[in-house]
Amino acid sequence: MTLPDVIMLAITVLGGSAALLVVTSRNVVHSALFLVVALLSVAGAFLALGAEFLAWAQVLVYVGAVVILILFGLMLTRAPIGPMAQHNELGKALPIAVSGGFFAVLITLIFGSFGDTTLELVPVSPGMLGEVLYIPWALPFMALGFLLTVALIGAVVLARREEGEGPLPEPDPELADVSREPVPTDASTNPGVSAPSEEPAPVTGEVTR
Amino acid sequence: MSQVAWLIPALPAASALAIIFFGKRMPKGGAEVGILSLAIAFVLAVVVAIEVFSANVAAVADGGEAFLTTVGVELFPISAEAGINAGIRIDGLSAMMFLLVTFVSLMVHIYSLGYMAGEERFTWYFGLLSLFTMSMLILVVADNLMLLLVGWELVGVCSFLLIGFWWEQKSNSNAAIKAFLTTKSGDVGLVVGVITLWSVFGTFDISQIIAGVEAGAYNEGLLTFGLVALVLGVVGKSAQFPLHTWLPDAMAGPTPVSALIHAATMVTAGVFLIARLYPVYSAVPAAQATIAVIGAITLLMAGLLALVQDDVKKVLAYSTISQLGYMVAALGFSYTAGIFHLFTHGFFKALLFLGAGSIIHAAHSNNMSDMGGLAKVMPRTFYTFLIGSLALMAVPPLAGFWSKDEILVEAAAAGAYTGNLVLVLGAIGGAITVFYMTRVLYLVFAGEFRGYGHPHESPQTMTAPPVALAVPSLFIGLINLPLPAFQPYAFSAWTMFSTEYWVTHPIEFSPLIAFVAVTLAAAGFVVGRLMYRDAPVGDADPMLRLGLPTRILQEKYYLDRLYTDLITLTLVRDKLGAASVWLNDRVIDRIVYLAGAGTVGFGRGLYDVADQKGIDGLVNGVGQSTRWSGGRLRLAQSGNVQLYAGAMLAGVVVLAVVFAVG
Amino acid sequence: MQAAYPLTFAALLFCVGVYGVLSRRHAVLVLMSVELMLAAVTVNLVTFGAMVGDALYTGQVFALFVMAVGAAEVGIGLAIVLLIYRNRASVNIDDADLMKY
Repeated sequence: MTLPDVIMLAITVLGGSAALLVVTSRNVVHSALFLVVALLSVAGAFLALGAEFLAWAQVLVYVGAVVILILFGLMLTRAPIGPMAQHNELGKALPIAVSGGFFAVLITLIFGSFGDTTLELVPVSPGMLGEVLYIPWALPFMALGFLLTVALIGAVVLARREEGEGPLPEPDPELADVSREPVPTDASTNPGVSAPSEEPAPVTGEVTR
Repeated sequence: MSQVAWLIPALPAASALAIIFFGKRMPKGGAEVGILSLAIAFVLAVVVAIEVFSANVAAVADGGEAFLTTVGVELFPISAEAGINAGIRIDGLSAMMFLLVTFVSLMVHIYSLGYMAGEERFTWYFGLLSLFTMSMLILVVADNLMLLLVGWELVGVCSFLLIGFWWEQKSNSNAAIKAFLTTKSGDVGLVVGVITLWSVFGTFDISQIIAGVEAGAYNEGLLTFGLVALVLGVVGKSAQFPLHTWLPDAMAGPTPVSALIHAATMVTAGVFLIARLYPVYSAVPAAQATIAVIGAITLLMAGLLALVQDDVKKVLAYSTISQLGYMVAALGFSYTAGIFHLFTHGFFKALLFLGAGSIIHAAHSNNMSDMGGLAKVMPRTFYTFLIGSLALMAVPPLAGFWSKDEILVEAAAAGAYTGNLVLVLGAIGGAITVFYMTRVLYLVFAGEFRGYGHPHESPQTMTAPPVALAVPSLFIGLINLPLPAFQPYAFSAWTMFSTEYWVTHPIEFSPLIAFVAVTLAAAGFVVGRLMYRDAPVGDADPMLRLGLPTRILQEKYYLDRLYTDLITLTLVRDKLGAASVWLNDRVIDRIVYLAGAGTVGFGRGLYDVADQKGIDGLVNGVGQSTRWSGGRLRLAQSGNVQLYAGAMLAGVVVLAVVFAVG
Repeated sequence: MQAAYPLTFAALLFCVGVYGVLSRRHAVLVLMSVELMLAAVTVNLVTFGAMVGDALYTGQVFALFVMAVGAAEVGIGLAIVLLIYRNRASVNIDDADLMKY
C-alpha cells in the first residue's frame, strides 16, 4: 500500500462519513455544512488523482457557489431550518435496502473488474487541460456555456413572482417536527426566517427579489 | 469566394425567419433586417460575380474551361445509384442571376418601405419578400433538378401569398388562387420532365445530365419527351402562351411585389430553367423548335393584348409576357441572347413597375383614364419611367436595344422556319411594344390630370430605387457590345457555359436588322404619337374603337372564357360531371349495392354467431379483468416521487444482479 | 494507486446519495443528495480517465461538464422548490403529489 493509497483511503473515510451525516442529520443547515466537507473531500480525491484544475473548480463551483445557493434556498423558502421530521412515508427500510443493495452490487463489480488494476497517475496541469479544452473540446464547451445561460434564464423565469400573485402562503404547520422543540437560536439569529411555530411575519415580494 | 455562395440564399432565409418571428418588435417592423441582409447578399453577389466573370474572361483568353464550382452533399439515397442531393452550382449563369435578383430585390425592399408604410401586415409583407428572395436564390443556386424543383415550388407558394396579400378583397384572393393553380398545372409537366430526365440519365445532378448528353448515351425519344414536358412547366411559370392568363391577374398584389415577382425574378424562373439546361436542349432540335415557336407566339399575342388595357399595371404585365416570349424564343437558338435579354429586362421592367407603383400611389387609381399630366407634378418619377420605357422600346443605345437586337440577329442567323418566324414576329412585336409604351406615356404623363385629388411626388424611399434602377437601364446594354474586339471581355464571355460554345456562337451585329428594327420602332412611335397626342381616353381611345379586334383583345382571345366556361364548367362540370354521375349511379353503385347486400347477409350471420357469443364474451372478459387489475394497480401511482425513484433503483439492482449472475 | 479505491469512494458517495434521495422529505435535502450522486460520478469519470490515459483528457473534461450541468441543475432545482413552496406552502416532496391516481 503506497502513500497515494493511504491518502485515498483517508479521503474515502472522511468523505463517506461526511456524506452519511449529510443525509442523516436532523438539521438541514447542518446537512448543508456537512455537504461542504463531503464536496471538499471529493476535491481532495481529484487532487490525489492528479486532476488539479478539477479540484479547484470543485472547490469554487460546489463549495463556493452551490452550497451558498442551497443555503439561500433554505432561507427563501422559510422552511423549517431547525430539526425536522426525518423520514418520509417510505420509512427507512426501503431506502436502506435499495442503497445497500446498490452498494453491494457496485463493490462486487469494482473489485471483480478492477481489483488488480493499478492507476499510472500523471498529474494534469490546468495548462494542459486548458489546451484540450479550448481546441478539440471548444464546441462542446461553448454549448455548455449556452446551457448555463439557459439555466440562468430558466431559473429567473421560474422563481420570479408574477404580477398579481398573492403574498406567500402560510407555512404549513404540519411541516413542523412534533418530535422535538425547535432550536431556539434559529429564529433569533436568522432575521427574515420565522420558526414555524411563531406567527408568520407578513412577507412581501422583496423576499424573492 | 464562390465556395461561400451558399450564403447568398442563406442570408434572406435567416432574415425571413428573423422578420417573421421577431419583426414586430423591431423599430422598423423588420424591414431593416430584410434590407440589411439583401444589401450584404448583393455585395456577396458582386464579389462572386467578379470572381466568376474574370475567371471566364481568362478562360476565353487562354482557351481554358468555363468557370464552374459545385459543392454538394447527399441528403438521402433513393437507390444504389441515385440519391437526393443538395448542393450549389456556381457558374456564369448563376452569378448573373445573383446580381439581378439581389439587386432588384434590394431595390424593391427599399421601395416597399415607402409604398407599404402604414400597412397593417407590414412585417409579414417583409418576411414574405425575404422568403421569396430566398426561394428564388435557391432555385438559381441549385446544382440538381430536385433542389431546383424545391426552389421552384417555394417561389410558387411565396408568389401565391404575395399576390393574395390583400386577401380581404375576394378578387385578390381569386387572383392568387388562379396564379397558383395555373402555374401548378404547368408544374405537372415539370415534375414529369424531371422524372423523365432521371430515367434517362439516372441522376438529378445537372452537371451529370449535361455530361450524359455530351457523351451521347441517351434515349433520344425519351429525352425529347422529358424536355418538352419541362417546357410545360416553363410555360406555366414564365407565363407563356397558352398558360399566360394568370400573370395579368397577379397584378392584384402590391406593386413592388409585381416588380419583384412579375418582372425580375419569379417569371424568369422558367427562362432560367431552359438556360440552365441549354446544353441539353441544344442536343434536341425538336425541343428547341418547340421553345422558339411558343416564345414567338407569346411575344406577339401578349404585345397585342397590351394595346387595349386601361390598367397601367396590366399593360406592363402583358409587356412582361411579351418580353418573356422574346427570351424563351431566343433560347430556342441562342443561349447568350436569351439570358442577356433576361438580364437587361430585369432592370428596366422592375424600374417600370416601381414607377407605375409611384404613379398609382399618386393618382389613387390603376386606370390610365384617371391619370394624365403627371409629368409636371412628379418629374422624378416621370424621367425614370421615361428611361425605363425607352429601354423597353429598344431605343439605341439603351439596354433593351442591344439585347433585343441580339435576339433578332441570332434568329436571322439560325434561319429555317423557326428562326424566320422569331425574326418576323420579333420585329413586329418591337413595333407594337413601342406603340403601347407611347400610349402609356401620353395617357399618363401628358395633358391634364383627369383623376380626383391632387397628385404629388412620392417620398424619397420610393423615388430613389427607380433612380438606382435607371442607371443600369441606361447603360447595362453596353456590357455586350457586339464588337469582335470587345467580345472576349463582354457579357457573352462572362456568362458562357463552355468556352467551346462561346467560340462557335459569336455575337454579331447586323446593320440591316438594326436599321429595320429602329425604323419599325420609329414608325410605332409616330403612329402612337399621332393617335395619343391629345390623350384620348374612354370611348375616344382609338384602340378601343376598332370593333371586333378590340373585343377579341379585351376578352383576352377568349382564353379565360375557354378555361373557366368551356373547360371548367361545360366540359368538366356538365359533360364530364354528367358522365361521371351516370357511371357512378348505374355501374359503380350497382356493383357496390350488390357487394353490400351480400356482405350484409354474410355479416348478419357472422354477427349472431361468432361476434355476439364468441368475441363479445372474450372482449368483455378482457375489459373487465383489465378494469379490475387497473383498479388495484393504480394504487401504486401514489404520486410520491421517491417511491418511484426507489422502485427504479431497486429494478436497477435486480437487473445488475441478474446480469452479474447470468 | 489501486484503481479500486477511488471507485469505492465514488460508490460510497453514490449510494449515500441514493439513500438521501429516497428517504428524506425536505426537497432541498433531496437536492443535496443529488449533488452527492453527481460528485460520485465525477470521481468515477476522473478515475476511468486516468485509467484510459487518452491525450484529450476525456474523463476530466467530462467531469468538468458534469460539474457545470450539476450547477445548472441546482439553480433550476432550487427555483422549482421555491415555486412549489410558493404554491403549496411546503417544501415537503411528499406534498407534491398532484400526479397521483
